Amino acid sequence: MAQLNPRPRLWRWAVLLPAGLYFLVPMAASVWFSIDDADGISFDAYTGLLSAPGFTDSLVLTLELAAVTVVVLLLLLVPAMIAVRIGAPKLRPVLEVVCTLPLVVPPVALTAGLIGVLRWGPDHLMDTPFFQTFVFVQQPEFPLVLVIAYVLMALPLAHRALDSGLRAVDVRTLVEAARNCGASWPRAVVSAIVPNLRGALLNAAFLTLALVLGEFTTASILGYQPFAVWIYSVGNSRGQMSVAVSVLSLLITWVLLLLLAAAGRERRHQTAATS
Amino acid sequence: MTTAPTPVPAPAAADPSGGPGAPGTATAPPAARPTARPTRRRPRGGAWLATVPLLAFFLVGFGLPAVAIVTGAFTVSSDAESGAGSFTTANLTDSVQGAYWTALVSSVKLSALTALIGTVLGVPIAQAVLTSRFRLLREAVLTASGVLANFGGLPLAFAFVATLGNAGELTKAFHLTDHGWSLYSFTGLAVTYLYFLVPLMVLTITPALEGLRLQWREAARNNRATTPQYWRHVALPILFPSLLGGFVLLFGSAFAAYATAAAMVGATVPLISRQIADALSGNVLVGQGNLALALSLDMIIVAVLVMAVYLPLQRRSARWLS
Repeated sequence: MAQLNPRPRLWRWAVLLPAGLYFLVPMAASVWFSIDDADGISFDAYTGLLSAPGFTDSLVLTLELAAVTVVVLLLLLVPAMIAVRIGAPKLRPVLEVVCTLPLVVPPVALTAGLIGVLRWGPDHLMDTPFFQTFVFVQQPEFPLVLVIAYVLMALPLAHRALDSGLRAVDVRTLVEAARNCGASWPRAVVSAIVPNLRGALLNAAFLTLALVLGEFTTASILGYQPFAVWIYSVGNSRGQMSVAVSVLSLLITWVLLLLLAAAGRERRHQTAATS
Repeated sequence: MTTAPTPVPAPAAADPSGGPGAPGTATAPPAARPTARPTRRRPRGGAWLATVPLLAFFLVGFGLPAVAIVTGAFTVSSDAESGAGSFTTANLTDSVQGAYWTALVSSVKLSALTALIGTVLGVPIAQAVLTSRFRLLREAVLTASGVLANFGGLPLAFAFVATLGNAGELTKAFHLTDHGWSLYSFTGLAVTYLYFLVPLMVLTITPALEGLRLQWREAARNNRATTPQYWRHVALPILFPSLLGGFVLLFGSAFAAYATAAAMVGATVPLISRQIADALSGNVLVGQGNLALALSLDMIIVAVLVMAVYLPLQRRSARWLS
């Protein structure tokens, strides 16, 4: 490439410098905004977070939702994707459609649909056992309806992440090898395929986690108060604190992604060494 | 790896000790094949069972809301004075009129514009980073793109309010308000959206740019093509499906975005997602409860139309960039 392009690479700096400014300035300004005080620098916005009303409750709710969503999503998706690879190739297009359709339904529209369904409960099913299900799904302590929405929203992301992971693994050979060594079907999948998918699984889990941590639309319209909704209500009264939370959430995402990149790199080195 | 490829050892049957293989296969070599068959065939019979939970979940979790949207969009709201539950197209006609139509158009305009700018800006950034000599820069930018592409929603809105809002640091430092700047406008929203759309484009287009082979460039060079000619006649046609795919992805993200706009601009820029949320929280006339569902249907139709452009093209790019 170097010989091909003898001209000084001014264009590169002409591209990267403004881009760098555009992406770094809001971060710097946010940090400054959150610590800038009338009399100098103060970290009150950060230290006051823990004692702010609702902070811990909403954070715990969000983390619970995130954990349940990740577990449910992976338990549903991973067996289906592996099965489609080794035994049921005819279902592959079906799976792809299932994992693509949520892309064309924006979260607001999905929420509208969910509300439509939830309204059937009191309207038509009052005297049937189904009504209890509707109540159970909407309980304020742990709204399962949000988990349903989040799993659907995360399906395309997780599918893409897992698909690229599975593509790098010869699933059929691994399973057959495990089977020939006498492993049962579940055992073959768990101990031969899943370890090879660690990077992809982490990736899918991270994307889902990021989605749930930041999700605002569905939760706010349905009237629950996970973390994002809490930030919104704080933003109306205490601007500095909401910016502080934004800075923190950006930092947390960074850390998570760096951890993930480190895990993925380790994986790649291993596979590079064996191949 | 340093040793020459060794010939495959003789089959287990030739080895009297049997090795790790099952004793049955070792003692009766001809029977090995028939016993191997069922283990291969069994998954084909039962593997579909593993997809059942996902499909069942999808049918209930996604199918029911979809049915609710379609049926709701075409029936009279339950809070209407008369004819609740009967068939009507009034919801849909209302949803493409007046303020709702303005909101839909403005949503589409905002998404198309930001997706276009994001595509145009994302490609040179990705190319600049990819061809850079500094590995660290490359890794840093790609990781940062991963973070920023997920940095939508409220935090993004607050970060921009802190930077360019009325009391934002840049606004105060450069007195931007005196120059007519306002974050709470179409332009302000577009500037904010690009903050996660451009990284998304960088992430999307990087694999495609990596797939451009050096030989193609050399071949173009040898035929005395200039760099612009190379891009115009070789690289861009190959990249076109990927670019369009990226555009569709960006459009979809911008179109579906709700939180950023809700926290930032309030009602100054009408957007369809906000109209739906308003309608869902009861901010509509009596008897128009199902309007939200009709608006949702509009939104889905737009998204489907945009996706429909992209899907056939995806296959074409796969042919070149595999």
